[in-house]
Parts: sequence; C-alpha cells; structure tokens
Amino acid sequence: MPDIRLQNLRKDYGAVNVIENLNLDMADGEFTVLVGPSGCGKSTTLRMIAGLESVTGGQIMIGDRDVSKLEPKERDLAMVFQDYALYPHMNVAKNMSFALRLARMNKADIETRVKEVAATLDLTAYLDRKPAELSGGQRQRVAMGRALVRDAGTFLFDEPLSNLDAKLRGQMRAELALMSQRIKKNMIYVTHDQVEAMTLGDKIVVMKFGEIMQAGTPEELYRNPANKFVAGFIGSPTMNFLSAELIEEGGTLSAKGDGFAIPLPDARKSSLQAHKDRQIHLGIRPSSFAEGPGGLKMPVILSEYIGAQSVLISELGGERVAIEVNTVVPIRAGEEREFTVQGDEVHLFDPKTEIAL
Amino acid sequence: MSIASTNRMTPYLFLAPAGLVLAFALFYPICYMIYASFLDWNPSQRIGEAEFVGLRNYFKLFSDDAFRESMGVTLKFAAVVVTIEMFLGVGLALLLDRNIRGMSVLRTLFILPMMIAPIVVGLMWRYMYHPTVGIFNKTLKSWGFDGIPWLSDGSWAFASVVIADVWQWTPFIFILSLAALQSLPASAIEASRIDGASGWQQILYIKLPLMLPVLIVTLLLRLIDSFKVLEVILVMTNGGPGLSTEILSLRINRTASEFRELGEAAAMSNLLLIVLLILTFTMFIYNKAQDARAARLRAVEEEV
Ligand SMILES: Nc1ncnc2c1ncn2[C@@H]1O[C@H](COP(=O)(O)OP(=O)(O)O)[C@@H](O)[C@H]1O
Ligand SMILES: [Mg+2]
Repeated sequence: MPDIRLQNLRKDYGAVNVIENLNLDMADGEFTVLVGPSGCGKSTTLRMIAGLESVTGGQIMIGDRDVSKLEPKERDLAMVFQDYALYPHMNVAKNMSFALRLARMNKADIETRVKEVAATLDLTAYLDRKPAELSGGQRQRVAMGRALVRDAGTFLFDEPLSNLDAKLRGQMRAELALMSQRIKKNMIYVTHDQVEAMTLGDKIVVMKFGEIMQAGTPEELYRNPANKFVAGFIGSPTMNFLSAELIEEGGTLSAKGDGFAIPLPDARKSSLQAHKDRQIHLGIRPSSFAEGPGGLKMPVILSEYIGAQSVLISELGGERVAIEVNTVVPIRAGEEREFTVQGDEVHLFDPKTEIAL
Repeated sequence: MSIASTNRMTPYLFLAPAGLVLAFALFYPICYMIYASFLDWNPSQRIGEAEFVGLRNYFKLFSDDAFRESMGVTLKFAAVVVTIEMFLGVGLALLLDRNIRGMSVLRTLFILPMMIAPIVVGLMWRYMYHPTVGIFNKTLKSWGFDGIPWLSDGSWAFASVVIADVWQWTPFIFILSLAALQSLPASAIEASRIDGASGWQQILYIKLPLMLPVLIVTLLLRLIDSFKVLEVILVMTNGGPGLSTEILSLRINRTASEFRELGEAAAMSNLLLIVLLILTFTMFIYNKAQDARAARLRAVEEEV
C-alpha cells in the first residue's frame, strides 16, 4: 500500500483545460476525499488516477512507480462507480468474482472470498440474482463488494452514495467509515457532499475549477479555512458572510459593519495590522452565535426547529444570517433576541483575493 | 351498445380498412398459391381448367433430385453467407467503434454497398468476374497467375456469389452491431478494464454478451433475407453452372417459366414460405421472451 502522489497533473479535453496544475500527496493508508461543486474536475482527477482518462501532462506516482501511462489493470486498484457499473448479464456472484476469474485464481478460493465479502455486505441471499433484479441499495452494495473482493492496493470511489435516498445514504456512509477503519488501504473518495467528506475523510481536498483550494484534516478545514470558498463550502448550515471594516478603537481591533461591531482578540492584532481601516469580509458560522444578554438585538425572521437545535434566519448588516442555537422550546418567528459572537470564532477574508486573514 | 364497449371497438374500426387491404394483398395471394400447389397447372390454362391432383406436387418435389439439390444449395448459401457476414460485420464494428478522426466518413463508406440495387450489384460483379476483361482475372494475369473460372466452375461460382452477397450485406450487420456497441453502458466496460480485462476479454466477456439480443435479431433478419435472395445470383450465374448456384427462388422461377409447372412452383414457394415462417416465428418468440423477461424484472424492481 504505497503512497500516491500527483505531480503537476494537467488535463485538457481538446482545447478545453479542465485541470491545470494539480499537486497532491496522499499518505499510505489514508482516506482522501476530493470534494467540490459539480464540474470542478473531481471525477476527471479520479479517472486519471484510475487510468480511464489519459493524462495530458504531469505524473501520477504510486509508490515510486510512475503509472500515468499504464493501463488501469497495471495500477493495482479497485473502483466503485457512481452508477455502480455492474455487469448486467452476470449475477451478483459473477459480478463480484469477475476480476478474480480474470486473474485465474482457483475456483475454491474465489468462492470463499466472494462468500466472505457477500456476508459482510448482507448480500448472501442475492448471489444468484442479476443486477436488474436488485434494489438500488443492493446494487450499491454489490458495487462495493466487487471492489472489496479484490485485494487491491488502492480503492477509488466516484460519488458512490449519490444515487441513494437520504436514509440509505446515511447508513452506507457509516458502513463505509467502519470499513475504512477495518481495512487500512489507500482510499480516494469523490463527492460533492461536504457532510460525506467531513465524516469519512482522514484528509479532505476541496477543489474548485480544477484547482485545489485547500487540503487538510476535517478539523483544519473547519477551524482554519484558507479562503472564503472553503469556509463557505465546509460546514452546515453554511457560514454567514458580512461586509465590514476593520477599525481600531481604544486599543482593540474590531470588525464594524452596519449595525454591529465585533471586537477581535488581541492575539490576532499583529497579523491584522496591515488591513486596518480597510474593507474586509467577515465570516461567522451559524454555531458561533450564542444567545445571551448584552448582545446584538436580532429579529427572528424564520425559525426551523429540528429538536435539540433550531436554525434561525435573522438579519444583520442588511444580510440574511443563519443562527444555530440549542433549544428546548421552539423559538417563534417574529420575536427579537439578543446574540453575542465570540471574536475568536469569526473568520476574516480579503474581499479581493478571498484569502483568509 | 354501451359507451364503454363502443370505446373498446373504436381502434378496431380504425384498423378495419388497413385490415381489409392486408387481407386482399396478403392472404388472397397466399391462399391462391396454396390452392395452386394442389393443381397440375400449365401457364396456358386458366386456373379453372387445371386438374386437381392433391398432394402430388409435394410428393414429386421430395423425390426430385434437382429440387433437393436446390434446397441444399439454398441452405448452404444461407449458412455460409450469414456466418461470414456475422463474423465480418461484428468484427468490423468492434474494430471501428472508436473516436478517431475520419471514422464517420469510413463508416458511411462501409454502408454504401447496401444501398445499391441488387440487379446492379449482380451486373457489377458479373463484369468484375468476367474471365478475360474482368478486373480480377486481369489483375491475376498481370501478376503472372492463371485466371480463375469465377463463374464457369461449379465450386468457384458458388464462392463468387457468396463473395458478392458478403460484400453487399456485411454492412447491414456492421451498422446494427455498431449501434448496439455504442449503446452499451460505458461504465460497465470501464469497470471491466479496472477489473483487469484485456481488450479481447472485454469483447468476449462484456461487449458480445451485452450485444447478444441485437445480434440474435440481426442474425435472424439476415437469415430470412438470405433465403429469399434472387436478383444478384440470377444476373451473375442464373443458377449455373449446372445446379451449383441454383438457390430455391431461382428454381421456383425456372419451374414456372421454363418447365411451365405452375403447380410445382407453387408447392416449392409454399415450402420456402414454411421455412421462412419458422425463422420469423423463432424471432417473434425470442422477442416475446425478451419482453417477458424485461416485464418480470420491472415487476421485481417495483416490489423491492
Ligand atoms: N469527455 C469530456 N469532454 C469534454 N469535457 C469534459 C469531459 N468530461 C468532463 N468534462 C468537463 O470537465 C469538467 C470537470 O468534469 P468532472 O471531472 O466530471 O466534474 P465533477 O467534479 O463534477 O466530477 C466539467 O466542466 C466537464 O464539463
Ligand atoms: Mg463527477
């Protein structure tokens, strides 16, 4: 299970450049999630690693082997496709054993392996069925099983859960997380769903327009987003963004906007000096608001009561903001409440470059 | 009559005119032919004057060596031609199923032979096979080889008509196979590449099995057609030399016009019709089975 490195990877489709210069290291046994909005080049990257898509420039190194010109079968990997890509004319057992049969493994071993994997995926009862005779969730598990029976060094997943309904997706996500703990292999997982990314990834790679915006652990990305895009992409409900000005009053810096001023901790003072008296973008996570006296008076425009939590839609500085609060009793729309924001929990971004300050 | 039953009748009412035309255009000639096959009927007689001989025409056919040989030639022709065409057509489709520049032009070129009228195809090949001025023998001779008796030797003549038919009809199988290939699920083929299948293994284990339904229908269509082939062979060899290329439709033609045995010709036509019906019926059953399978799968899917 060697580590995987993408070096100066480039992909053009004819005259269209999809990925310009991608560099990424994935450590041995790491679960890497490529996440980003639709069309940002996640699948293209994964398919280049798989060998299904040719590489226009750069290298894909698996261990110290440059595999970028090799056939998929020479790269020692297994893949789960978004549409499952099961072989329609083969039953479940045949689907799962196809790679093993091609590798001329002996029949008895194949059967044990298939049975073993089928049992862990609850597929034992369906081994004789054709894909068309299965439900969506079962097909998804067969696709997983087909990858798992192979003892490949690297597992690739291209949005494997996106065709399932919400409940099933949650279940499969948990099973995937368990599976990745059990078998420590290189896993590269593509999704547009940041919740999937956060829950599954050892490392998350956020992409946009074929570029890596930030790569890091889920915690790093959540706590220290490198730019406004990552800040807005990671976390649910989405981070609120407000326009503000950085001013100094009585020795403390604060972000002052239309109707609010949030004092910032002194620890950040030195790094922010250069931006004093300039416009900035302020990012506040909905969970960074705390209800309490002496805070900002904010109207509750809409209240979504989920149970232990409520998401309130309110207004601050002329912008809609979402606020997440713990609730016992539902808060009703139309009320006015007071909220404080902790200065060390706000994020500041350069309005032009959108880079975190 | 209630409204509901009127409504149920409406489609049939609209279908009735077409049904009548069909009855006259199809059933009348068939019935006529079946009736004629029981007669000893000379073209100079009106049908009413012909003598009714029961099944004698059929008995005569079964003991007629020329007919048996003709039947043999037809079966052999159909089997050889369809086998070669299937291999070539499917093979070409597998070969040309890729996105290279100029491929669409190439594909169009391949389809051209199918668009030429059979009579013209026959004439064209007859000229090309001409023993002295034909392109094949001229080329052979210019290379210092002896000419080949393309149409004047029994075995060569059979090969020659097979070649002409293969030339004309391989494109049919080619375009249907290509269409089938291009509608295969791309991701299943990609999955097989990841699973380690080589090009051949992809063809053998994924592409061909998935194309099978289309291939079977194509095969039956071609088989039915090859039993009815007439013009090309008529123009090229007129069944000769001897009986070496006298396929059934030629034999029927000769029996009617040369031997002036309309009853026997009708009996032969009926036998050919039965063979074709069996083939068509096979196809029908196959389609039905496919539909039933699809319906069953849908039912299963809804239930889970
Ligand atoms: N075969 C192709 N030809 C041309 N453009 C393509 C092709 N495949 C993908 N693209 C383009 O590349 C970009 C990235 O696609 P993709 O990697 O599939 O995005 P995603 O991140 O949603 O998986 C998209 O803009 C898409 O239009
Ligand atoms: Mg994609």
